[in-house]
Amino acid sequence: MMREELPEATYTPPLVGPGQTYSTITEKISSIVLSPHTPLEWFAVAGLAFTGVMMLFYSLAYLLVRGIGIWGVNIPIAWGFAIVNFVWWIGIGHAGTLISAILLLMHQAWRQSINRFAEAMTLFAVTCAGLYPLAHLGRPWFFYWLIPYPNTMDLWPQWRSPLVWDVFAISTYLTISFVFWYIGLIPDLATFRDRAQNRFVRLIYGILAMGWRGSARHWHHYETVFVLLAGLATPLVVSVHTVVSLDFTISILPGWHATIFPPYFVAGAIYSGFAMVLTLAIPLRKLYHLEDLITMRHIQNMAKLMLATGMIVAYSYVIEAFTAWYSGSNYEQFTFMNRLLGPYGWLYALLILTNLIVPQALWSARVRGKTLAILAVALSVNVGMWLERFIIVITSLHRDFLPSSWGMYYPTIWDISTFLGTIALFVMLFFIFIRLLPMISVFEMKQIIDKPEVRVE
Amino acid sequence: MKTRSLLYGFLAEFDNPDALKECIRQARKAGFRRIDAYTPFPVEGVAEELGLQHSKVRYFVLFGGIAGALTGWFMQYYSAVFDYPLNIGGRPLNSWPSFVIIVFELTILFGGLSGVFGMLALNGLPKPHHPLFNEPSFDRVTQDRFFFCIEARDPQFDREGTWNFLQGLKPEGVYAVHDLP
Repeated sequence: MMREELPEATYTPPLVGPGQTYSTITEKISSIVLSPHTPLEWFAVAGLAFTGVMMLFYSLAYLLVRGIGIWGVNIPIAWGFAIVNFVWWIGIGHAGTLISAILLLMHQAWRQSINRFAEAMTLFAVTCAGLYPLAHLGRPWFFYWLIPYPNTMDLWPQWRSPLVWDVFAISTYLTISFVFWYIGLIPDLATFRDRAQNRFVRLIYGILAMGWRGSARHWHHYETVFVLLAGLATPLVVSVHTVVSLDFTISILPGWHATIFPPYFVAGAIYSGFAMVLTLAIPLRKLYHLEDLITMRHIQNMAKLMLATGMIVAYSYVIEAFTAWYSGSNYEQFTFMNRLLGPYGWLYALLILTNLIVPQALWSARVRGKTLAILAVALSVNVGMWLERFIIVITSLHRDFLPSSWGMYYPTIWDISTFLGTIALFVMLFFIFIRLLPMISVFEMKQIIDKPEVRVE
Repeated sequence: MKTRSLLYGFLAEFDNPDALKECIRQARKAGFRRIDAYTPFPVEGVAEELGLQHSKVRYFVLFGGIAGALTGWFMQYYSAVFDYPLNIGGRPLNSWPSFVIIVFELTILFGGLSGVFGMLALNGLPKPHHPLFNEPSFDRVTQDRFFFCIEARDPQFDREGTWNFLQGLKPEGVYAVHDLP
């Protein structure tokens, strides 16, 4: 259909820009990595992130020397920033798996150009998340006590504890996300091997590509295992944030002990994940001129998904209020009112503003047409989802059943430096990734460019 | 010592997937069996044209998953009931509802890893050297070209007839691939 025949509002941007062929796509994506030229912006961002990583190392080293007393955690708020950030980072990872696995099973062609870097985002977000419970252990060098292994103490982990479930869920998630990502990379690594001019570069990509030669017999097994892995990763991603929410719900604390938590957490995770994918995708397509591969259609689809999951989160907030009232429990009702009007009430107001009100702008097609507006909403959601986890963790803990055991939580400089440090670690890992590996899946893009629904000429 | 380089097969190059599929159809009709196609991305229909069976990799995933579930359940049951029983308020030692999550996670973990390693094993990867890599134009198999190979060990293979057969399909090029460069 010709573009001119359509009114502006119903015009759907194409998934691939005009005039793309097998060779132009290969050239475009591999030249970003194989070119000896690194953009100045890359050095600026990676350099800043590197400074932040050094700050993280310093904060963690000081933590090991002095213990977690350097953080603001104490009784009654023993969880603090460590668990807030853990839940936030784990949640961000979920969009990567959703794009790579669930959208694959649903045959969504628009996932093809965003799945690779979204999966990388998942890996790095889970890495950042994993740091927190480890550092929070107090004696992190004994972390292996959480793993079942034959030991001279003749002890086993406590299988009935959600924290042990968490260890299994997170480590499985990290492992499966990594193999899924790596398997997807193999054909692209072979492309790089065959295009590299430099002998050393060719050797490295050659080793990583494992001798892939695109045989139809290989593709046959490959595609089968790819779909099966997607099928395994789909329930896995739902289970991970469910288990994280069970860390809260299995305890009997008011505000935590709620059946809405697992779906509420999963929806929130995907919501924050899409916000982070958009936060990364919008500047990246600009920096590397990828507008033909990551088109407005991708950005708009993600914005719509973000809005949809945001509405599930809004619904969960309403249900939380309803349950508190309907439970008839004084403690549940007090905890809810304390969230609204207590000492952290201003954060709750900020949460409603950033997480519920600002994203409503995405209903407007005009807002969805501007990348900067979408980026602003995505950043607001990133902040909002962090505030949500802060509210959940802190307000339930700081005023529980006995007023004599109430307290307040204030983060210290080390809490803040560790948090900023993990953001820097995430950015650093992501920038190393886009410099060394294909950030868009080359072979999956070639798979869709001939399909008629992809092109609107 | 000089080793004699043996013929691996004839390789035909195409610039679109439909020509490749047509080529496979013709070769199968002509009775060739030791054939394979090489493509930059999985092309729909090529496996059917080659007459490939359902991939056995699914059994790796299935049995890996079952092994994971049994491992998870047995580990928890054995340790909670026999090796390290903890009586907490007289509750049952075999508290299976709390075991479900770890059984589930290990099912996914074992199933996924066994599928991935099974896929690599069935494909014979990693395999850094292959005769086809001796042909310089084969570099484009991971970029924008589609290749079809009739191997020399095919019972119907004869140098002149097979070469002419491939030429007759109007490919972009036909190459003789040898074991050694």
